[in-house]
Amino acid sequence: MEITCAEALVRCLEIEGVELIFGYPGGAILPVYDALNNSKIKHILTRHEQGAAFGASGYARTTGKVGVCMATSGPGATNLVTGLANAYMDSIPLVAITGQVSTAQVGTDAFQEVDITGITMPITKHNYLVKDARMLPGIIKKAFHIARTGRPGPVLIDLPRDVADTKIPFKYPESVELMGYKPTVKGHSAQINQAARQMMEAQRPLIYIGGGVVNAEASEELLWLAETIDAPVVATLMGLGSFPGDHPLFLGMLGLHGNRAANLAVTECDLLVTLGARFDDRVTGRISGFAPQARVIHVDIDPAEISKNVISHLPIVGDTKMVLEALLVRLEKKQNLAWRETIARWKEEFAPKYRERDGYLKPQYIIEEIYRHTDGNCILTTDVGQHQMWAAQHFTFKKPRKFVTSGGLGVMGFGLPGAIGAQFGQPEETVVLVTGDGSFQMTLNELSTAAEQGLPLKIFVLNNRRLGMVRQLQEFYCEKRYIAVDFSFVPNFADLAKVYGFTGLTVTSQEELQDALKTAFQKPGPVLVDCAIDPEENVMPMVLAGKDINDAVDCE
Amino acid sequence: MYHTLAVLVENSPGVLARVAGLFSRRGYNIDSLAVGRTDNPTISRMTIVVEGDERVLEQVSKQLHKLVDVIKIGDITAAPHVDRELVLIKVNANANTRGEVMQIAQVFRAAIVDYGHKNLTLECTGNQEKISAFEEALQPFGIKELVRTGKVAMLRGAKYTNITKTKEED
Ligand SMILES: Cc1cc2nc3c(=O)[nH]c(=O)nc-3n(C[C@H](O)[C@H](O)[C@H](O)COP(=O)(O)OP(=O)(O)OC[C@H]3O[C@@H](n4cnc5c(N)ncnc54)[C@H](O)[C@@H]3O)c2cc1C
Ligand SMILES: Cc1ncc(C[n+]2csc(CCOP(=O)(O)OP(=O)(O)O)c2C)c(N)n1
Repeated sequence: MEITCAEALVRCLEIEGVELIFGYPGGAILPVYDALNNSKIKHILTRHEQGAAFGASGYARTTGKVGVCMATSGPGATNLVTGLANAYMDSIPLVAITGQVSTAQVGTDAFQEVDITGITMPITKHNYLVKDARMLPGIIKKAFHIARTGRPGPVLIDLPRDVADTKIPFKYPESVELMGYKPTVKGHSAQINQAARQMMEAQRPLIYIGGGVVNAEASEELLWLAETIDAPVVATLMGLGSFPGDHPLFLGMLGLHGNRAANLAVTECDLLVTLGARFDDRVTGRISGFAPQARVIHVDIDPAEISKNVISHLPIVGDTKMVLEALLVRLEKKQNLAWRETIARWKEEFAPKYRERDGYLKPQYIIEEIYRHTDGNCILTTDVGQHQMWAAQHFTFKKPRKFVTSGGLGVMGFGLPGAIGAQFGQPEETVVLVTGDGSFQMTLNELSTAAEQGLPLKIFVLNNRRLGMVRQLQEFYCEKRYIAVDFSFVPNFADLAKVYGFTGLTVTSQEELQDALKTAFQKPGPVLVDCAIDPEENVMPMVLAGKDINDAVDCE
Repeated sequence: MYHTLAVLVENSPGVLARVAGLFSRRGYNIDSLAVGRTDNPTISRMTIVVEGDERVLEQVSKQLHKLVDVIKIGDITAAPHVDRELVLIKVNANANTRGEVMQIAQVFRAAIVDYGHKNLTLECTGNQEKISAFEEALQPFGIKELVRTGKVAMLRGAKYTNITKTKEED
């Protein structure tokens, strides 16, 4: 029996195990929406396509599954672009489906036509324009395969209206044949042998972990590795949670806003074992000052990351989990007593701290109290800015896939739709959003989605009535010539949230915060707490541009 | 230093844009790019000449590998290889100068592919130095139009760049 290509698309998604689509309809995508009527796939109608892409990303991050988002041609498709760029930078598996004008009209500047495959070429892992309806099932199969394997990323499929309406015999291919795409997952055994030898010989080994450990689901193996070779662990923003944050060997986040003990360990180590991390410029500071004494082992599934920024002495291309499994049988338990003592001393000396200021609520205190009230058992999502860094520094992440944030693109507005996606991914978990008054105002339209879907989000707006992170940059780099960072009008977020059916609270002191935290975490349902924080507070420590990472400005 | 890359790609729409886009986006300098299909109609072959040091070249080829449509890349610069470029040149040639132009063509084993009252169109094949020398030799007569294909290249002897070996085996 023949079915339309749009119906075939929905069938393919069902076979791929898709439970949810985050999307927004329109003319060109009409046939696909029509076909969704007869499917058990749930469609989440967001309030903006960017929210759909971020929602699918939050879902993907918390589940490890491929997130799916959908939009119509033209403006619908361009509204997905930022979300795709974010997914590309943070290696999030995503399949985006866009409607397109009919094939006869493609290239004529037709109504709501944009060349979305052209636009998204540099920000997708791959993309397809479906010109022949019979190709669709194969393309969907390939898209999911490409999105989820190797280094994950977004794949876009552009489907012209007439193609969607074309009838085809339906058959879903069983296997994928891609001549030019065969990710290496198994590490080279000679390289692994050598890595094992270097780990046994090292006196000051350090393990530097990133998002690739989360993606590989290699936390257990990592814990084993660290304890076997007695090496402390530092994590990137994206790696937080893949090693227990309360473990004595954990030194916290490294990088420009990293913990000073973590950065010092990088400077002093003699072997840097890099697992699924990409030496981002937020991490390395001045390259020549990064791990100057160390031999660098780099395990990454993407060969292009090897020696891209920092020269790797021993590269191992492969999946972190598979490489660690192979490595562990070659290692024996050892101890690095002197190194561990040094590390313990630094860890104590540089424990996350902040300065109290009379009459002001400190953002770091809020994060620490959210941790205390939830015992860390929640999914923490953030927006982008100072609040994001305070969350990374002052929350203790104990498990992977519990911290959802935009790292590589650092896109404001990710928070709320990201939290919505996270809640759909893990319906049983408490989802907390820590946001800033700037970021929140970028996508707070999605409060409407959250309300409609009955999501019990717990939102904390760390409200400094300004674009705090940029103000901080202006303080340090523009001699306090502040411009375009202060809001002279900020809505009453608590009242605003009430309109959307949230419990809305405003807090200005520790006592009020404690009450609000009780409400938030003891009462079911959505709660927004607008926290008036110290507007002068900076993110510390901070490595200034061009400096080595062990040379940070810090609060006294 | 200039490197010559032999790149096999799936003959899919947009593949040229993907490759060209990658070079411009990452700031790599393409000196020339020649593309056409191979004996297998689903596969095209590009010869890309790119400028950069070892590190840049390593990144170029790794980033190219990441493109799903790219099947295989060989940097054939260091290996013995044949490379050729074709040029068409339309040059002024009147009754007085025609003989001399034809003599130059002979020296360079160029063919006369079009004969006009006021000009000649010459076709010449060779490596890049030869093509450049040919162009220089014709310069004094006044070149009206010139088109070069960009370099195409192939390994010598029993070695070859084809799809029997996958990317990872290189
Ligand atoms: C305001 C702001 C400040 C920031 N400050 C900091 C900071 O101080 N410190 C910090 O760390 N970050 C900071 N970041 C984040 C930073 O920009 C980068 O996003 C982050 O450092 C990248 O993390 P990552 O190296 O873990 O790479 P990711 O982007 O998570 O990439 C994962 C890596 O793992 C590889 N990989 C994927 N899957 C696998 C697998 N299965 N096996 C092996 N490898 C795999 C990938 O190929 C890739 O190389 C900040 C961001 C913002 C917005
Ligand atoms: C979409 C987007 N635009 C601009 C920026 C630049 N930027 C980074 S942080 C920041 C300020 C964020 O302000 P807010 O959300 O209030 O957080 P705070 O830093 O005050 O905690 C800005 C403007 C960005 N990251 N994303």
